[in-house]
Amino acid sequence: MDLLEYQGKQFFASYGIPVSQGEAVTTVEDAVAAADRIGYPVVVKAQVHVGGRGKAGGVKLASNTDEAREHATNILGLDIKGHIVQTIWIEAASDIAEEYYASFTLDRAAKKHLGMLSAEGGVEIEAVAEENPDAIAKIWIDPVDGLSEEAARAWVEAANLNPAANDGAVDILLKLYEAYTKGDADLCEINPLILKPTGEVHALDAKVTLDGNAEFRHEGWDVFDATQIRDEREQAAHDKGLQYVGLDGSVGVIANGAGLAMSTVDIVNQVGGSPANFLDIGGGANAEVMAGALEVINNDPNVKSIFINIFGGITKGDEVANGIVTALGRVQIDAPIVIRIDGTNAEQGRAILADHASEKLQSKPTMIEAAKAAVELAK
Amino acid sequence: MAIFVNENTKVLYQGLTGSQGKFYGLRNRDYGTQVVAGVNPKKAGTDVDGIPVYATVAEAKEATGATVSCVFIPAPGVQSAVLEAAEAGMELVVVITEGVPAQDEAYFFNKVRRDFPNTRILGPNCPGIISPGKANIGITAGEIAKPGGPVGIVSRSGTLTYQALYELKLQDIGVTTCVGIGGDPVPGTSFIDCLEAFEADPETKAVMLIGEIGGSAEEEAAEFIKHKMTKPVSAYIAGVTAPPGKKMGHAGAIVSGGKGTAAAKMDALRDAGVKVGNNPTEAGELMVEIVRGLGL
Repeated sequence: MDLLEYQGKQFFASYGIPVSQGEAVTTVEDAVAAADRIGYPVVVKAQVHVGGRGKAGGVKLASNTDEAREHATNILGLDIKGHIVQTIWIEAASDIAEEYYASFTLDRAAKKHLGMLSAEGGVEIEAVAEENPDAIAKIWIDPVDGLSEEAARAWVEAANLNPAANDGAVDILLKLYEAYTKGDADLCEINPLILKPTGEVHALDAKVTLDGNAEFRHEGWDVFDATQIRDEREQAAHDKGLQYVGLDGSVGVIANGAGLAMSTVDIVNQVGGSPANFLDIGGGANAEVMAGALEVINNDPNVKSIFINIFGGITKGDEVANGIVTALGRVQIDAPIVIRIDGTNAEQGRAILADHASEKLQSKPTMIEAAKAAVELAK
Repeated sequence: MAIFVNENTKVLYQGLTGSQGKFYGLRNRDYGTQVVAGVNPKKAGTDVDGIPVYATVAEAKEATGATVSCVFIPAPGVQSAVLEAAEAGMELVVVITEGVPAQDEAYFFNKVRRDFPNTRILGPNCPGIISPGKANIGITAGEIAKPGGPVGIVSRSGTLTYQALYELKLQDIGVTTCVGIGGDPVPGTSFIDCLEAFEADPETKAVMLIGEIGGSAEEEAAEFIKHKMTKPVSAYIAGVTAPPGKKMGHAGAIVSGGKGTAAAKMDALRDAGVKVGNNPTEAGELMVEIVRGLGL
């Protein structure tokens, strides 16, 4: 779950990391009022789940009310790489002496947490990593030990920041590690982390991805969830607890397990078709879940046929079959369905489907045959 | 032979008294797995269809001689369940549960590796492990696998694992062991762990590897195959036509360093001499060719 910048800053602030004071607003009038309250100069920043805001004109400095109004007017509604700006963040402008980069994420290969710190912040850090990898100081942290102050200091010294920034950087990095681990983040990134002329170190930006699996132990994450950008189909699927990614084709895909769902999308492409979506109904999917999945697909006007690909482990074939029958009784499914079931209770599932077989519902024994049939029906 | 588990393996289930744990625990027993105990502190002294339930893993081990635990505990309790199993001296802890927080996985993986080096974790979020005809621990439908050999399977995806077993059975090819390592960020057992074990297992003559986009586990496996394996390998990577997934900020992109796409993984595997299929069926056909080529 990706946070918007202002949410990331609130998240950081709750762990004691210094961030700029500001307000999130959705109208020009509120933006001007906020800017007047905060005091000039202020920065007007587009809040979108995508990078490159500055280049797209989504970050502007305002030194008075008129400028605040002008920038807010221009930025609200701006299209940044397909993301329409609905919220802007107005914050007190900061004096910047130097710009650094700091982040924590999981290094899957090392199976440890990876901290990265660079004196060359504020720019595209990928370019730094590519052209001058030595400019990024890295530290691998065993989650059992955590990050000690001593280790943090050695890491900061290795990054060759302005020595005036060292104490402040150590303090922020220890807090950032706390936010990353205790806060159940997959990523915590500050770019830029700034040194002010007055010697303070400060998080000028915040990029945070939270681990949705940890929502059970954090209150208030539903606020972050509410601002996730999803298209209509994705929102409907999300409301039903389904893993869904919208695509542009005409064959609706339902499968159980991310691997099989990806493989189903692949195979539809390989036999000359074009998938309308990726939809994983997950392990343990029952009749209710299957009915919900069919409803979501049915609401996509581009769908001309539906390919249901189930291999039973936790998901049982008879429950899937019952789900389809239930869904067909509940909503008018427009597109013809091709289904392939194997694995746990597959025979019972096939028997249930055989009782309801029609032009609109056919069963095929293999993945490829089912894909071909579904693609043919979509033409 | 088989790797990691066989007909003599005694298994206890943490979560046997829950609905999923009971369903699959009993299924595993019906398959022939030695399901010897369940663990639930609130239901100690009772039984599940004749399988005794103990308060702790240590007590269950003491009473039954179990060496493997299968975890069906809900996600919030997985970390303490895994650590309890490791402390009790389980040799293998198979974690079926999905939705475990990544911070927990990173913590208990490193804790177990350091303090309980004799314990292997498999999963979380995996279908388990089956040595067909000998033991089935987890949620795989045992009837889709043909016992014997000569093929070993290791897979990151649950349902694609079943697909692989099934494709081989249709061709009348047996499997020594099929390991589902799971698709989570910190899998307890890696591709390489399994490849190493298959390479050492005399009954396994060839290995099928099933991966997916994301991370660099397949690239690491390719390195291992290139330099350390003598046995032939076929592979399939899911997600060839998947749209680019959400990039995890700059940090994620730097860690992956351009790795992680299906194309990069397939190239790395081909470069290591692996026969790579474009779909599960094709990978199965390639394995059939390999097996027939070995004269088996």
